[in-house]
Amino acid sequence: MNDVVPLPVLLPLFGCGAALMFSRRPRVQRAITVSVLVAVVAIASMLLVAADRHGPQVAWLGSWPRPLGLALVADRVSALMLLVSAIVTLAVLVYSLAQGGASEDDESTPVSIYHPTFMVLVAGVSNAFLAGDLFNLFVSFEMLLFASYVLLTLGGTESRIRAGTIYVVINMVSSALFLIAIAAVYAATGSLNFAQLSERLGDLPDGVALTLQLLLLTVFAIKAAVFPLSFWLPDSYPTAPAPVTAVFAGLLTKVGVYAILRTQTLLFPDSPLSNLLLWTAFATMLVGILGAVAQSDVKRMLSFTLVSHIGYMILGIALGSAEGLAGATLYVVHHITIQTVLFLVVGLIEYRTGTTSLLRLGGLAKTAPFIAILFFIPAMNLAGIPPLSGYLGKIGLLQAAVADGSTTAYVLVGGAVVTSLLTLYAMAKAWALAFWRSEEQAREMSKALNEAAAEHDEPSLRHITKRAVEKNASEADRVMPTDVALAAGATEGDEEVDDLYDKPLHAREGATPRTLMWPTTALVAFSIALTVVAGPLFGLTERASVDMKARTPYVNAVLGDDR
Amino acid sequence: MSANLTLIITAASLIGVSVYLLLERSLTRVLVGLLMLGNGVNLLFMVAAGPSGHPPVAGKVSAEDMTDPLPQALVLTAIVIALGTTAFALAMAYRSWQLNGHDDVQDDVEDAAIRRRALRDEASDSYDLTTGGPDDDDSAPEEKA
Repeated sequence: MNDVVPLPVLLPLFGCGAALMFSRRPRVQRAITVSVLVAVVAIASMLLVAADRHGPQVAWLGSWPRPLGLALVADRVSALMLLVSAIVTLAVLVYSLAQGGASEDDESTPVSIYHPTFMVLVAGVSNAFLAGDLFNLFVSFEMLLFASYVLLTLGGTESRIRAGTIYVVINMVSSALFLIAIAAVYAATGSLNFAQLSERLGDLPDGVALTLQLLLLTVFAIKAAVFPLSFWLPDSYPTAPAPVTAVFAGLLTKVGVYAILRTQTLLFPDSPLSNLLLWTAFATMLVGILGAVAQSDVKRMLSFTLVSHIGYMILGIALGSAEGLAGATLYVVHHITIQTVLFLVVGLIEYRTGTTSLLRLGGLAKTAPFIAILFFIPAMNLAGIPPLSGYLGKIGLLQAAVADGSTTAYVLVGGAVVTSLLTLYAMAKAWALAFWRSEEQAREMSKALNEAAAEHDEPSLRHITKRAVEKNASEADRVMPTDVALAAGATEGDEEVDDLYDKPLHAREGATPRTLMWPTTALVAFSIALTVVAGPLFGLTERASVDMKARTPYVNAVLGDDR
Repeated sequence: MSANLTLIITAASLIGVSVYLLLERSLTRVLVGLLMLGNGVNLLFMVAAGPSGHPPVAGKVSAEDMTDPLPQALVLTAIVIALGTTAFALAMAYRSWQLNGHDDVQDDVEDAAIRRRALRDEASDSYDLTTGGPDDDDSAPEEKA
């Protein structure tokens, strides 16, 4: 079983090469990438079963003598993450097949580049989950980040370049920080292997260990978008094409969370920083969700809820108890699925209506009832309505916090409940505006908003409504006006815009293609299935967290018993 | 272990300069900053490698006299990755120049909107979505202005 551990990394990389070779033959390319991901799903489930039954699966690469060289490790947590991420990426890939073909985003989806890059992203994510040493983790971060740079700026439109610039610079700086952390760890311990580090870091002087821990936490907190290092996220994600945003939102931040989980449990188990982490979790939850409540664009709103719910996972990790870790792991699994599926549904809405602005959308419950159902279930799940998996994950975390019993933990319980409530508010607002009200109401409101904006001479509001209208109206000219141009030309073209408001919203009549619908439906079904199997799943995460707390299964599996 | 002070000072000044450059608006300058940051960090790996020694070629010198080869391997990887990212960032700077005539790193849309309000001394109103317009108490800050 140990020999298949590298396959989730190798297969997508081979798939990338093969896809590049067939870049002129889209059908072959798609067949390759989809079958590669199906294989990864199969391998990941095999690994999960093996890791659960026989303990961590380890592959040493390059046949170096044991403590040297690279180790890939699949224990329960990483195998579980691997499986969920493989399923989610498969769904997103199938979803994007239709998007590329149906020319939803012609400006932006050169398919021949999309597929190979997506494969590199998958390889990077798998490698990050399997990495058994810090430098390999760094390399996998770079792999997935590089793929994400390309995917985020696909097509090189103005808004994407603007958002992409910030994203790339932030991530390059965080990579440099990661390298500094790695150099410091190596200088202090002479090793980068997680298993060896877990034995050696304990012997360091407290100050040195604390410095290393803070360095690593800062790096991973940037990747995971933990407040106050989260400000890059809500600005950069929404500009990308829907499937790209979906896979970013589902996976990239969770890789950061997973890295924090590993560092906190394996490397620094007697963490003196749990209070700091608890408070950052608190701030992440509340600041994120308050940002979400204030948004008028569904994509931006979801990006803010993404930041907010990272707080829950950090809460579980910060508690550090077996229950807390189990809850955090379960929440990661739940959140990867839900956040991805929500962004996919938003992609459906955008496909159907040409806009994601809540000021403009309306009447979707009547015109697109199936999309409404697909939105409603994960939205309620995100907000934590029983009996869905979001509720179970939150209950697990809250119980762990109550069991902890400290005042801070109780404050966090309060914060988590308030966040959950505000999530429900944000989701209900989106539901009421986009789905429940009639189209006439929506049209009236955008008109009224436009007039009010003209009265107040408020370019930003005009910006929002006008952009939504323009996007709906003209398929060809989608370049977003810059702020400067908008401020200068705010008054021109009013009549035009007013006419546009009277047009019906549907950019596309008729049914949304099945190839877009069924991956989304399948993923919604998967999220419901998570609820159904929550008992065994919780059992699995509990066993995983007991192992994480004990540390010996991991260390023994990696270094062997003959140390 | 005694560390090489020259390396540390060089790395520190490179990183210091890079932080200054990172705070610039122009993407090209930011990029130069990132390059210097990368170089500074790579020097830190040389510090982490410990005392200098003979080249780590098996059979030429005894293992005790060799310098630690692993940080060098890490630095090589880091250099390759930095090369790729730099090329990508350059392409982005060029594309930004094509589109806008400059390569300035631009503001978050939201931040820009907030700043415009601040310039006009307006309170931030989250739009009252139910009545269909900025709510009525919006006029209060305007009177003040």
